Amino acid sequence: MIDFLMAHGWLIVTVIKVALMMFIVLTVNAYLTWFERKLVAHIQSRWGPHRVGPHGLLQPLADGVKFLFKEDPTPAGVDRFVYFLAPLLSLALALTSIAIIPFGPNPLPWKILGQDVYLGILPPDVNIGILALFAITALGVYGVALAGWSSNSKYPLLGGLRSSAQMISYELALTLSVVGVLLIAGTFNLTEIINNQTSRYGILGWNIFPQFLGFICFFIAAVAETNRVPFDLPEAESELVAGFHTEYASFKFAMFFIAEYTSMITVSSLCAILFFGGWLSPFPPTWTWTYYLPTLILLPFGAWVIWDGIRYETIFGKIILPGVGAVMCVIAIALIAFPALNGFIQAPFWLLSKIFVFLFVYVWMRGTLPRLRYDQLMAFGWKMLLPVSIANVVFTSFAILRWGGIR
Amino acid sequence: MTPQLVVFFVLAALAVGGALSLIFQKHPIHSALSLIVVMVSLAGLYLLMGAEFVAAVQIIVYGGAIMVLFVFVIMLLNAGVEEHTSISKFAGFPGLLLAFALTGFIAATIARSTDSVQAVAQPGNMASTRDLSTMIFRDFVYPFELTSFLILVAVLGAIVLAQREKA
Repeated sequence: MIDFLMAHGWLIVTVIKVALMMFIVLTVNAYLTWFERKLVAHIQSRWGPHRVGPHGLLQPLADGVKFLFKEDPTPAGVDRFVYFLAPLLSLALALTSIAIIPFGPNPLPWKILGQDVYLGILPPDVNIGILALFAITALGVYGVALAGWSSNSKYPLLGGLRSSAQMISYELALTLSVVGVLLIAGTFNLTEIINNQTSRYGILGWNIFPQFLGFICFFIAAVAETNRVPFDLPEAESELVAGFHTEYASFKFAMFFIAEYTSMITVSSLCAILFFGGWLSPFPPTWTWTYYLPTLILLPFGAWVIWDGIRYETIFGKIILPGVGAVMCVIAIALIAFPALNGFIQAPFWLLSKIFVFLFVYVWMRGTLPRLRYDQLMAFGWKMLLPVSIANVVFTSFAILRWGGIR
Repeated sequence: MTPQLVVFFVLAALAVGGALSLIFQKHPIHSALSLIVVMVSLAGLYLLMGAEFVAAVQIIVYGGAIMVLFVFVIMLLNAGVEEHTSISKFAGFPGLLLAFALTGFIAATIARSTDSVQAVAQPGNMASTRDLSTMIFRDFVYPFELTSFLILVAVLGAIVLAQREKA
């Protein structure tokens, strides 16, 4: 038995990692909906979800159960095979793209089944990281386009057409805006791209400074690729009911949403990795006190959650919230007590913080910006974004050739 | 059977099955979907041979860009199930003959050049992305530039054709 486990160690560890990753990503997705509703509500001076559980924290669970038990009618005249394929394709591709993101430079401190376990699904020596991501993004259009076509209804068809046109247009700018980073790093490997941003001055080594233009183009194009506000033309509710997923109900509808939120996480990770130094700390490595930042943030937050839970009205909130807060405080103290653990947690801490910031920006934009008109969208993509990103490529190449580097 | 061989047969079956389904499907969208399956399984075969870059580009260019345009045009024109005329039935016989002839020709070529095929299949001979770009942009830069010029001409032609008449 042990021999078998050791012989297939790599496969078993990978399968377990995939299962864990799926669980984590789906949970984060669920709470991302809560986060988005809460934040948009506060931007608009509302309360947001607050009935189910303390602060509405159980709302995602209730939504999930609702999605599972809703009736799921198949409209008349749909192309059954494609109609069922489209949400599956969307979700599968979105979840696959997460597998390529590395979440930390070092393997776990102990080996499992004789294997080094890295954070993230793929081993760090995959040389086509960013290209593989673009390949998955390129296929992502089909989920939306086919959903629109197969529904046999005019609004989804229009939504599907819009989305295909939009994604083709913005994919060019998306790919070209990354070329600057690739030229600086000289590799497609995401781990190496991050390591290339290491510097003595911390934040000053990040790609955002030489590649500010590239970052702006990348972020705008990525938001358009994920069909989020202000580029959510495929599902513009004032014009197209609900766009490409009008005819979908129950869990098939939920699958499109999970796919959308997962792509948001992927794009946020990519922004952090390509332009904001990935898991590198923004402070110079000589400032050792910054190693206690995770504790400094976690401890007061945990204490606040305990305090907030105790004065909560319902019994449930009184038990759950202080429990969660206590766990946070214990983790925070454990980080001080075990320096090895603290050292290991630094990289994921910074990467996850940066991802969180970009997720916040996503929701912030949704709460603030109005939707573009369709011709504005196309004109902006082709006449503004594409030339600027090409200019960025030309300038970066010139700088590297002329001065042997851009830093 | 090594795991590589199993993966190869799965991908090969997918590619051939997709190609057959491409021909026999009645609806253009289903045919386009089959073609995407072919493209993606070919990319998988490239990946199996260690050609990571070619695999990724295969999916990005063929699986993504080109096939999205196919699907887009089919959706835009709202093309229905294909229609058969009396001529299209007769066209099947010479088509079948030509297909067999082509298959025989390719098979014969591969059979004759066994050595070179095996040389390519050696795991040590992996061309990195760097080697590939050196080849394209140094050794074959003139053919490469000529091709891009050709594509530029085609784009200009498309623009001229699509332009509305000025009143």
